[in-house]
Amino acid sequence: MQAPIEYYLVLSAVLFAIGVAGVVIRRDVIVILMSIELMLNAVNLTFIAFSRFMGSVEGQVIVFFVMTVAAAEAVVGLAIVISVFRFRQTLDPRDMQLLKW
Amino acid sequence: MDLDNLASLEYFYPEIILAGAILLVIVLDLVIKNKRVIGALSILGCLASLGATLQLYSGPSGFLFHRMMVLDHFSLFFKIVALAATILVLWMSFSSREVASLHQGEYATILLSSALGMFFMASATNLLMAYLSLEMVSITSYILTGFLPRNRRSSEAALKYLIYGGVASGAMIYGMSWIFGMTGSLDYSQIHAALFQGQPNQLALFIAFVLILAGFGYKIVFVPFHMWSPDVYQGAPTPFTAFLSVASNAAGVAILLRFFFPGVSQLGPDGSWRFLSGVEWPQFLLIVSMVTMTLGNLSALGQQNLKRMLAYSGIAHAGYILMGLVVLNTEGLQAMLFYIVVYLIMNLGAFLVVVLVANATGKEEIDGYRGLAWRGSAVPAIAMAIFLFSLTGLPPLAGFVGKFFLFAAVIKQQFYLLALVAVANSVISLYYYARVVKVMFLDFPEASDGRVELNPGAATLLGLLSVMTLVFGIYWGPLVAFTSQSLQFFTK
Repeated sequence: MQAPIEYYLVLSAVLFAIGVAGVVIRRDVIVILMSIELMLNAVNLTFIAFSRFMGSVEGQVIVFFVMTVAAAEAVVGLAIVISVFRFRQTLDPRDMQLLKW
Repeated sequence: MDLDNLASLEYFYPEIILAGAILLVIVLDLVIKNKRVIGALSILGCLASLGATLQLYSGPSGFLFHRMMVLDHFSLFFKIVALAATILVLWMSFSSREVASLHQGEYATILLSSALGMFFMASATNLLMAYLSLEMVSITSYILTGFLPRNRRSSEAALKYLIYGGVASGAMIYGMSWIFGMTGSLDYSQIHAALFQGQPNQLALFIAFVLILAGFGYKIVFVPFHMWSPDVYQGAPTPFTAFLSVASNAAGVAILLRFFFPGVSQLGPDGSWRFLSGVEWPQFLLIVSMVTMTLGNLSALGQQNLKRMLAYSGIAHAGYILMGLVVLNTEGLQAMLFYIVVYLIMNLGAFLVVVLVANATGKEEIDGYRGLAWRGSAVPAIAMAIFLFSLTGLPPLAGFVGKFFLFAAVIKQQFYLLALVAVANSVISLYYYARVVKVMFLDFPEASDGRVELNPGAATLLGLLSVMTLVFGIYWGPLVAFTSQSLQFFTK
């Protein structure tokens, strides 16, 4: 028996919300990057669920691209994190206040 | 026409040439010692690509690569804009001391890749292509923002850009997944058919559109997706800031218009566009436009750093450009395209002067501009005054004509409140632009202020941009003809 599509959509909405909340409230840049990955994985789940229920392959194809882009973004993101970390030995975004207003 | 992969290649020369130039720059960077050659080569690649683009402009329109992309005047227009911005920025980079300290080959490669991403943004007709092209531009932008070595500001700006960009594009692709679920397709024309024939859930559709707008809006820089821009503009290398402010903005407008106009609205016989019924887009965009220009201008008032001030002025200009979208007709869109070209010219000019002053003094703050007219050459100060007054929208400069068309489009559709807010904003903006002009001409330089030197390359570029600002303010006919010809979407 197949679970109805609403289950998947609710799960992915919850995952996406957790991702957004993580970006907003967590105090560590690495965890923020992980939260962004979580948002993208919620998106993947939505695509997979829709394409499974519609019997279309397009949604599954886009998931591969989203995963690749997420990997590329993580590579660039971690490189930038390293270059920031060199100047001050902390990853707390509250300390990044050189540029404001 | 609707071409398959091999047949499409014949209409894909601009991209192929640009991609070839990118590869060539990477390889030659390993063997050539003189780094000026690399820059010149990149410009040549862009010029060749520009030639191919202009040649396609008189050719046929159609879908390429199994409807992944479209070739029409609208996409070619934005390719020309992206190339023009790239060429001018590369030219500007020659005279920037900041860029001279960077690794030239990598800088040129990433800049050209960003331009290639903008090509795809302009022509994407599939949600997958739209997402990929937007990410291509975003990721290259993150890298170039953090490109200044051993520079805390630059790294910090890149990190902030990355986080905002990641969230915005994540939200966008989430919205796209809902659209996919509601219509069963990623292709714009099939989405269009499914939305207009079926009975989509209005609330779900509205949420999906807002999520997608987050992704596009962060490229165009409108409120509330603007927070990254001042920090990034201030931290990034100045020529790249100039690139970001004009090219990335234009590409965002391209992808937004392509999605919202042929994608989810219908063209009526009278040249006005009709959105899906039940979704109040004009009202929504009206408010966004007003808030964007007001917030941008008010925040710019107190800025001491010129790059940061130009960032807030860029937010305000994004608000002006959105005015053309509110009216939902051909006239408004044409005014948008015209304003994009004009904004490209005057904003690049203003950033060029910022580069020259930063070369001489190492400062981007307003006190670095004290008595600029009396320190060495007076040309940069005079040119800066022209660009800033054009950004304000004073006649007889190009910015005035651009704003005139936008205001005319808005007033004809009787959006009087919007027009009033826009006029009030132009008056506010005069204050902070004129403050810079006052500092340049009426304040006296101090002994510690460095002389501003003008090398021939920079002088030519400065002359070119200021002459264009003046000429388009007096003789705008050809540009209007070009923009109205460019407003052609291929949909069948």
